[in-house]
Amino acid sequence: MEKIFTQTPSLYNVSTHYCPGCGHGIAHRLVAEVVDELGIREKTIGIAPVGCAVVAYDYWNFDCSEAAHGRALAVATGIKRVRPQNIVFTYQGDGDLAAIGTNETIHAANRGENLTVIFINNAVYGMTGGQMAPTTLLGQKTSTTIEGREKQNHGYPLKISEMLALLPGVYYIERVSLHAPAEVLKAKRAIKEAFENQINNRGFSLVELLSPCPTYWGQTPKEALDWIRNTMQKEFPLGRIK
Amino acid sequence: MEKKKILISGNEAIAQGAIQAGCNFYAGYPITPQNEIIAYMAKNMTKSAGVFIQAESELAAISMVYGASAAGARSMTSSSSPGISLKQEGISYIAGASLPAVIVNIMRGGPGLGNIAPAQSDYFQATRGGGHGDYHLIVLAPGSVQEAYDLTRAGFDLADKYRIPVMILGDGILGQMMEPIELSTKKNKANPQKSWALSGCKGRKPNIVKSFFLREGALEKFNLSLQKNYEIIRKKESRYEGLNLSDARVVLVAYGTMARIAKSAISQLRGAGKRIGLIRPISLWPFPQAPFNIKNKKLKYLALEMSYGQMVEDVRLVVNGRNPVEFLGRSGGGVPTEEEIINKIKRIL
Repeated sequence: MEKIFTQTPSLYNVSTHYCPGCGHGIAHRLVAEVVDELGIREKTIGIAPVGCAVVAYDYWNFDCSEAAHGRALAVATGIKRVRPQNIVFTYQGDGDLAAIGTNETIHAANRGENLTVIFINNAVYGMTGGQMAPTTLLGQKTSTTIEGREKQNHGYPLKISEMLALLPGVYYIERVSLHAPAEVLKAKRAIKEAFENQINNRGFSLVELLSPCPTYWGQTPKEALDWIRNTMQKEFPLGRIK
Repeated sequence: MEKKKILISGNEAIAQGAIQAGCNFYAGYPITPQNEIIAYMAKNMTKSAGVFIQAESELAAISMVYGASAAGARSMTSSSSPGISLKQEGISYIAGASLPAVIVNIMRGGPGLGNIAPAQSDYFQATRGGGHGDYHLIVLAPGSVQEAYDLTRAGFDLADKYRIPVMILGDGILGQMMEPIELSTKKNKANPQKSWALSGCKGRKPNIVKSFFLREGALEKFNLSLQKNYEIIRKKESRYEGLNLSDARVVLVAYGTMARIAKSAISQLRGAGKRIGLIRPISLWPFPQAPFNIKNKKLKYLALEMSYGQMVEDVRLVVNGRNPVEFLGRSGGGVPTEEEIINKIKRIL
């Protein structure tokens, strides 16, 4: 019988620490599958973020570095410039990439660094207990927006991908989602494209993944998937941005 | 063989020393009074097949250095006091990940934006770690342009040898002034094979560069390994210059530019028959202990600083009450003059 689903070498055979219904496990798996399909495991260097995915290197079976919160793209720049023959990617959440690290994000993109960015947008700070993220939707309740995010006090959900698309140094940006099997497949195709771009020296590529956080959305895993489908993707429309 | 002599500023000597040491990655952000370093690196790094990046901020520059060092490069960044404050985040991560790196601080007046006059007021920040956590940097304080060149070269070897960030701590005078220096034809040790570096996991298990130790006891164990490393450094890497210590009644203690002014004061006073000595710490961390081992109950120490009483605390720690420790310092653009030093010595003699 033909095996159509099996372990992938770039992912260790261990359980993750993620909450039930969290999107990180799927996103980790997609990155690992792409790395293996492209045959680049032995030259890949990943940058783990500060946040729930800080120990991503406990799951990925290739070289990894941590970075200070928000500095992943500066660290990645240092690594890639020293070792242009390696494949270097960052894996960052919304707070990391679009709040504390906005400067590093914009400037790495603007320099056209030949890097791949996996951007997990779950509209909340997970690791620290569900505070407002730059991508938190208007009306969304978090531990620091108890009555829901209001534009008067908290500003608007930051569309960093659309902002980055304006920069001439950016080669590829796409927003995908993890809320349904068909979307997961599309997400994998986008991640693969972002890695292929780096292999072909095309420059800065970023894939934004809308990713469920049932714990800090106060929802069941099923409700969280529905919330992405019915609510979140209205604010963050899926598809190729650049 | 005749050695090549050139006239060069302290800042450029540091940059030249770095390139000769095999520095192959530099990231920096402009700030006075160290801008000659970034300009020199921009001009010369690419000639030596190295990487130069003008970063978007000090935070980014030091994190780029972290990344380059993690990938096995000999990397450096430079700045001045307010910029070094920003870099403390990355310096702590570099220390926590046991990465080598060279960080140059050409100090100016503070706190806050301060001014662009020379100062030594970042002594505490440099010698106590500076960022969060229990760590140290090796801190080297050149007293001349020649030494700025030599110590920068040595700094890269020390950083690699101990997997520790090394700080070259100068001040605005040292950075800006020009002196003739002898360029060494001796090469630094080659950048060693770094089995821990990130290069892709071909033929080996993955390498992880990290400073996060969540499991109970893991961080304490790591911190103890740092302390063990620091203990070796304390024993082996202490550097100083001692002058007239055998017969001195007053021993001045000063580093960097301050030590040069102290030397001028000493030569004036010795001409007048006064027995004045000097201890010039060259490594500020580890702070030299040996030269203070002078058995003379009548001896007094006088700590001189371009700051308001920072290094003097280390002098008091090492002297440990055996002899009086006096202090003279100015800051915020003020530099103790020869005359002020001489008057102070006369008062305490």
